[in-house]
Amino acid sequence: MTAWTLLIIAALTVTGFFIGRARAQGLRNAGAARLHSLPTYHGLLMASMGFAAACVTTLAVAYVAGPDSMIMPAAAALLGTSAIAASHPLITREFRARNCFEYFVMLVLIACSGVAILTTIGIVFSVLFETLAFFREVSVIEFLFGTHWAPTSTPASFGFIPLLAGTLLITLIAILVAGPLGLLSAIYMAEYSSRSLRGVLKPVLEILAGVPTVVLGFFAALTVAPLIRNSGEAFGLAVASESALAAGLVMGMMIVPLISSLADDIINAVPQSLRDGSYAMGATKSETIKRVVLPAALPGIVSAFMLAISRAIGETMIVVMAAGLAANLSFNPLKAVTTITVQIATLLVGDQEFDSAKTLSAFALGFVLFCFTLVLNFVALRIVQRYREQYD
Amino acid sequence: MDASPQRPVATTSPRILAARETKIVASDVNVYYGDKHAIKHLSIDIPDRAVSAFIGPSGCGKSTFLRSINRMNDTIDGCRVTGEILVDGKNIYDRDLDVVQLRARVGMVFQKPNPFPKSIFENVAYGPRIHGIAKSKTDLEEIVVNSLKKASLFEEVKDRLAHPGTGLSGGQQQRLCIARAIAVNPEIILMDEPCSALDPIASARIEELIDEIRQNYCIIIVTHSMQQAARVSQLTAFFHLGDLVEFGDTDDMFTTPKDKRTQDYITGRFG
Repeated sequence: MTAWTLLIIAALTVTGFFIGRARAQGLRNAGAARLHSLPTYHGLLMASMGFAAACVTTLAVAYVAGPDSMIMPAAAALLGTSAIAASHPLITREFRARNCFEYFVMLVLIACSGVAILTTIGIVFSVLFETLAFFREVSVIEFLFGTHWAPTSTPASFGFIPLLAGTLLITLIAILVAGPLGLLSAIYMAEYSSRSLRGVLKPVLEILAGVPTVVLGFFAALTVAPLIRNSGEAFGLAVASESALAAGLVMGMMIVPLISSLADDIINAVPQSLRDGSYAMGATKSETIKRVVLPAALPGIVSAFMLAISRAIGETMIVVMAAGLAANLSFNPLKAVTTITVQIATLLVGDQEFDSAKTLSAFALGFVLFCFTLVLNFVALRIVQRYREQYD
Repeated sequence: MDASPQRPVATTSPRILAARETKIVASDVNVYYGDKHAIKHLSIDIPDRAVSAFIGPSGCGKSTFLRSINRMNDTIDGCRVTGEILVDGKNIYDRDLDVVQLRARVGMVFQKPNPFPKSIFENVAYGPRIHGIAKSKTDLEEIVVNSLKKASLFEEVKDRLAHPGTGLSGGQQQRLCIARAIAVNPEIILMDEPCSALDPIASARIEELIDEIRQNYCIIIVTHSMQQAARVSQLTAFFHLGDLVEFGDTDDMFTTPKDKRTQDYITGRFG
């Protein structure tokens, strides 16, 4: 029935357009006075009336009677046709179809942004309720301050500190790798490279940003981690085969393109007049970059870093493969650690019963993670807003 | 005066030139932007301790020539300069010339005020810092205060030296940029339409300032306003389509121009 309904809606929209346009054209051919709107606008408006009426009817019927009901296409056809019929006499010489259609366009745009916002709010609330359910079984204090994470053992313990420590450790390593590499390559691209070289470098970096994290993950697990272990053993260090260092390094490589691409745009947005001012004072290129360009671009660079950090915190695949699952509370980058995202993934993989504390803890973790990145993004936005107009 | 007869100088030597030392001697300068020939076989002698104004319609090459005096054209892709420009007898397009040193001697003020997004103090201290001019902190403070005084900005900003330079009004920003240029003790100051983004009152202050400091510097100002050229300069050069048409004492230029094109321009027939 759904297919029929869609077909009917499409047909109504198209016929609505032609009927409306034909009537307006008829008016134009009949009289000497000018129409307020072009016939196309009358057609578009009538098409959107038919479309909107049919869509709303379909959704309402589907909700009440179910999507398999015969009523759905029938009701859609009926109401769509009557909407077109009702708006038919509206088409007169003075009718402001152009302005009305503008209003309809705005409604469509509002609806689209509304869908995105409502979905996000829905997700937040569903996670929030499951989290509350979890905290009925496990105390908040134990969750937030416990240092032992073992959701599957009996008795289970849900101390979240080792996961937080692991997440922060890996993120820190990733930023230590990606920050300098990304920023310095951005400076090279924006200030030193020729235009043609930049035209090649930037797309290549953006392709790197598109490498699926699964691929990076097994690169981390199968290439980087053994490499680190072997070189560590050469120095007589005990390195776990899955280490925070391996995951952090590869995650750093993952966010290098992100940082360099964003920072490159930001540095390019610094007005040329500031550089000219500095060169005219007799500053060299690197002095100009260090003392004028980077300070001017700093707010943007900070927000690029914040974005990269939230990306690193939310990253899962690389850590699953390269850093292991052991919830060690350790800041030694050579040991296996685990992160919040990894635990969420492992807790929810496979068959689950939805009332156990084990499954619900995933929601609590997700909620904490959400709050974390929310605060980061908020801080980043505030920094950008505060300094945005500094050089205008 | 070393205008030897075989060098094609645009006019007979002006009176002002005769009374002062020559600071800049340009001979047969050509500037190209890619295929475009922006300055054609230009020769000119510019005196020290006076204001020379470059006037002419848009695209005539006056800004281009100005920017080749401190080699700011180097920063533009595809720009090529031939011929020689001597500053104190030394060719600034010589291979062994240090551009950074040159620009410390030849300050520049731009069309749009471009203070750095730093405090007023740091804006002026920028040059002394990078060139290591100040020996101590107090020395640096002295340089900043003196430069601001010379740019007649000090009284207005003395209580807020730590505030951002971008928070000043347009005219104050431009005087800040002049103070910034003065702070490194340049010998030459190039001004590229310094008043075009300012209101008449702020422009008048800049003109007053130029008049106050002209005894100590070789100042070259590019301007679209002929009244401004007449008010602030002792010498005027008229450019047209990449040619230096006429160069002479400002008073003569505006009363008895020798070339038909100059006359047409200053009487407002074109441009």
